[in-house]
Amino acid sequence: MGSEAQPNISPVVSLSRVRVSLGGRTIQDEMTFTIQDGEYIAVLGPNGAGKSTLLKLLLGLIPPASGRVEVLGESPGKRNNHIGYVPQFRVIESDLTLRGREVVRFGLDGNRWGPGWPSRARRARVDQVLEEVDAVELAEQPIGRLSGGERQRLLLAQALLTDPRLLLLDEPLANLDISREGEIIALVRRICRSRKVAVMFVTHDINPLLPDVDRVLYLAEAHSAIGTPQAVITSECLSALYGSPVEVVKALGRVFVVGAQV
Amino acid sequence: MLDVLRLPFIVHALLTASFAAVVAAVSGYFLVSRGLTFAGHALPNIGFAGAAGAVLLGIEPVYGLFTFSLGAGVAVGFIGRDIRERDVSIGVVMTFALGLGLLFLALYSGYAARVYGILFGNILGISAQAVRMTAVASGLILAVIAFLYRPLLFSTFDPPAAEARGVPVKLLSVLFMSVIAVTVSLSIQVMGALLVFTLLVGPAATATRLVKSPLAAILVSVGLGLAYVWLGIFLAAASGRLPVSFFIATLSFVVYLPVRLLSPMGREAL
Repeated sequence: MGSEAQPNISPVVSLSRVRVSLGGRTIQDEMTFTIQDGEYIAVLGPNGAGKSTLLKLLLGLIPPASGRVEVLGESPGKRNNHIGYVPQFRVIESDLTLRGREVVRFGLDGNRWGPGWPSRARRARVDQVLEEVDAVELAEQPIGRLSGGERQRLLLAQALLTDPRLLLLDEPLANLDISREGEIIALVRRICRSRKVAVMFVTHDINPLLPDVDRVLYLAEAHSAIGTPQAVITSECLSALYGSPVEVVKALGRVFVVGAQV
Repeated sequence: MLDVLRLPFIVHALLTASFAAVVAAVSGYFLVSRGLTFAGHALPNIGFAGAAGAVLLGIEPVYGLFTFSLGAGVAVGFIGRDIRERDVSIGVVMTFALGLGLLFLALYSGYAARVYGILFGNILGISAQAVRMTAVASGLILAVIAFLYRPLLFSTFDPPAAEARGVPVKLLSVLFMSVIAVTVSLSIQVMGALLVFTLLVGPAATATRLVKSPLAAILVSVGLGLAYVWLGIFLAAASGRLPVSFFIATLSFVVYLPVRLLSPMGREAL
């Protein structure tokens, strides 16, 4: 899919020799890759490798230490209204007065000033994305009563209200059981293909995503590798990335990465 | 009995208490939702130190009160969202301020009635000019909250997503705490520094357990706040000499208790 981009449209994401530091520590160095419209990318790597930090870099929330970053043809932060972002699992306290509909609506006009009087057009747009994520029945439920999977669907709907060209999903599978995990994965696949939106999906476990993604971006030890799963998730590639012996084992139809520091 | 309600000082009390109750109920909803109720207790106490300092310097207590609570509010706004660390910092600053207040009172040799008015409220001694000032300040606060409404709500419930969408989360936090500082200064006239919490948190905390949408919670909170102050003033007037703030605090408690215990959300928490 990635090779089909039209020449006159800027890539969704383009990084060239980017270094990212947090508190004086280099998190990533020499990051170079390009992502095109509609591409589905899994972002993998151990804890602390910089997966969430990369998403924040693309949103312009933290600056690169060096190198060039372009998101939707501009410097990061300029076009965030065309990016849908689902941050890492958030605790929204249970005794708060918020329904599913309100959480989703934040994505539509939560950043606008003024009280925002009720309008039929706004309501219709919220209903439309609720339908898209199969969450119509959650619209009037207090958010505190919902399961992790139900919340994740609402937060996805919130992110879709910007009509994004890029979806950034930070560990949307955290705290979900297997069947809920499957629901979210099927939903993201459907959204990515039907909307032709580029997706960067941060996750710990590649296996459930393996059939869906176009490429994987693997971060480890301040370095990164990008390519098809068959090219990146190999003993040679990951050993080079970690700088120590890593074995990729295929068993029971799943892929396991085994190594001293993994 | 109804004749009492026509006395100028009762009319002033009713008007001032109504303005303060509405503003406290609206900003109290956000305070409760942001998990900042402890700041709602600390700000008036810090403000009290400012009032005592002003009395010592021979200026109007309300100026010292406002300066101190505004300073504390802005500081709390900057501390951010790490609740554990935040509450410790607030507590340390609050007790330091109370110590300062005590020092100012000890150094002040004059008649300290005005300071006690700050501590416990002086709703039956409000001048016509103070009523006008309260009306203007309340209108201003409500206009500011209406303007900030959507981003404030977004950043209250979902700060990381709000930040990514370009909502100035930090600035809003500071602005909001400034709004709370003004609200506290208005409400202190009614309830006194020690009991402002009742007006600021009581109605909003009750409302969030009764309804499940932000706008409905704000409206119910305003209704409860107005009911408490009107009934409180009426009961105090009827009783002759018992203090207004006692009745308001008692009403707030008596309504909150069964709601806390009986509401479905309350039962879950138990």
